[in-house]
Amino acid sequence: MLEINAGGMYYRDLNQKIRDAVNSGEKDITVRNVNGQYYIGDGLRGKSTITVEGVPGNDLAAFMDGPTLVIKANAQDNISNTMNTGKVVIHGNAGDVLGYGMRGGKLHILGDVGYRVGIHMKGVKKQSPTIVVGGTAGDFFGEYMAGGVLILLGLNNDGRPIVGDYLGTGMHGGVIYVRGEIDKNNCGAEVGILDLDDEDMKVLKESLTEYCKDMGLSLDEIMKKGFKKLIPVSLRPYGNLYAY
Amino acid sequence: MNHDYQKDISGCGLTGLISRKRRRIGGADIVKSLCLMTDRGNGLGAGYAAYGIYPEFKDFYAFHIMFDEPSVRWTLEEYLKNNYHIEKIEEIPTSPVKAIPIAPLLVRYFVTPLRDKMAGDIQEADFVVNTVMKVNSEIEGAYIFSSGKNMGAFKGVGNPRDIAEFFRIEEYEGWTWTAHTRFPTNTPGWWGGAHPFTLLDWSIVHNGEISSYGINKRYLEMFGYKLTLLTDTEVAAYMLDLLIRRQGLDIPSACLVLAAPFWKKIDSLPEGEREALTALRQTYGSALLNGPFSILFGHSKGLVGINDRIKLRPLVAATKDDVTYMASEESAIRAICPAPDKVWAPRAGDPVIVNLED
Repeated sequence: MLEINAGGMYYRDLNQKIRDAVNSGEKDITVRNVNGQYYIGDGLRGKSTITVEGVPGNDLAAFMDGPTLVIKANAQDNISNTMNTGKVVIHGNAGDVLGYGMRGGKLHILGDVGYRVGIHMKGVKKQSPTIVVGGTAGDFFGEYMAGGVLILLGLNNDGRPIVGDYLGTGMHGGVIYVRGEIDKNNCGAEVGILDLDDEDMKVLKESLTEYCKDMGLSLDEIMKKGFKKLIPVSLRPYGNLYAY
Repeated sequence: MNHDYQKDISGCGLTGLISRKRRRIGGADIVKSLCLMTDRGNGLGAGYAAYGIYPEFKDFYAFHIMFDEPSVRWTLEEYLKNNYHIEKIEEIPTSPVKAIPIAPLLVRYFVTPLRDKMAGDIQEADFVVNTVMKVNSEIEGAYIFSSGKNMGAFKGVGNPRDIAEFFRIEEYEGWTWTAHTRFPTNTPGWWGGAHPFTLLDWSIVHNGEISSYGINKRYLEMFGYKLTLLTDTEVAAYMLDLLIRRQGLDIPSACLVLAAPFWKKIDSLPEGEREALTALRQTYGSALLNGPFSILFGHSKGLVGINDRIKLRPLVAATKDDVTYMASEESAIRAICPAPDKVWAPRAGDPVIVNLED
């Protein structure tokens, strides 16, 4: 195991250290005293596990292909942009624009997330990216979604709405599972709200089993409340938008 | 110099803090917080604003003025002496910084308007606003970039650390601070274009792009404001002066004008609220700030943070004891407050309003 003290270190120096460690075969890296350093884990390959203590900066795990990042605190914006494989586990809240164009791998967040989470998420060939959010999400959840799975649990939401407005706007692929009821007025025009079938339950339980293991939560507790499924059901809902 | 550009698109980073109890906090904190986000800017503009820094001159307007040419100073001072009692004139203290080889002449004046120059029932604040507009538009090469009482803006072309060292920010103590690092793309990174933008006690730092700049500018011009600093953020400072000081809106209402809820939301509200918001949008349609923004605005009684209506720019807030922090990134807050009592991301268009205790 390798420990890196990131206190006061410039992001380029920190990321070089992490990259060198991964390239030299280090499988277990702990980075302490992180605060705001950008681009951690970007473009990294291999099977290392990197534990981050402190709040990492923006653009975490962009283009990442293999490693596991464990963040012990809150995280900021633009996480897992175009990530290919691997996993990011965040034991706190996270910001806006998570999983932008994500192609594969997993993003697990214990707390709340901001706006535009899962935007343009896609998947490629047999890969299907998965984002699981334990808390609530802001507007534009799953905007322009083209593939993959978004799961929103709304645990401990203290009466706040589980999700914001414009849910799934522009969605044309993939699936969103929300634990609770959805107001059709908050959804994009192309989104249909359905009950889960057996195949959905299989996907959901598989994803949540791993999520609960990462977070130390009880799957049975989570499954006590019903889910709704959102998928695109209309091909050209805006065909007449500018036509009159 | 021709600065005739229409708008500014920028990346930018901002941070601010306020002690509700008017505890004066040294500049080192805000500098440290901003410097964490240095890479959000590109070195073409940084600045700081602070409230409570001039207790010995708190009853005088503190004019911070930059001069492209030293000789312009005498033209300006002649005008000033004819209209103001000048309590004190001094060059703004600066330190030599390697990265800032060239700077305008920077002078501050503690002044109060001459009674006999204020014709009719003109308010003192209006007189000062007129002076700022006149100087910035008519005296070439002179710009009043700060004009409030017991507050001041310090800004220029450079990165956050260099500008802080240049203006010796760490030597000031204030109860409210805002700061900004700039990434200009469509306008020159010139000294007047750095943030904060101020007018009287209003100061603005802004991350984003005000797409409605043209509409806002024409609207403000109808009320006598002149937009001379060539950057979109300028409209926000003057708009707050118009809405709050001149037209008497309270701060929550002014925020509803700048970041008005969508009609879809307004139409879903109960009758009274619906009518009020409809009236506000109809009356102040030209004051709506469209486009992506997160803004901090400081004033003599507090600090406000607000986002655009669909959260196209980041804003995080935190509290610890008597201090509220707001910044583009949580880590910029944790750089100076490692263990806040509470950290949250304000919702789109939902202002964080902090008032100073009396």
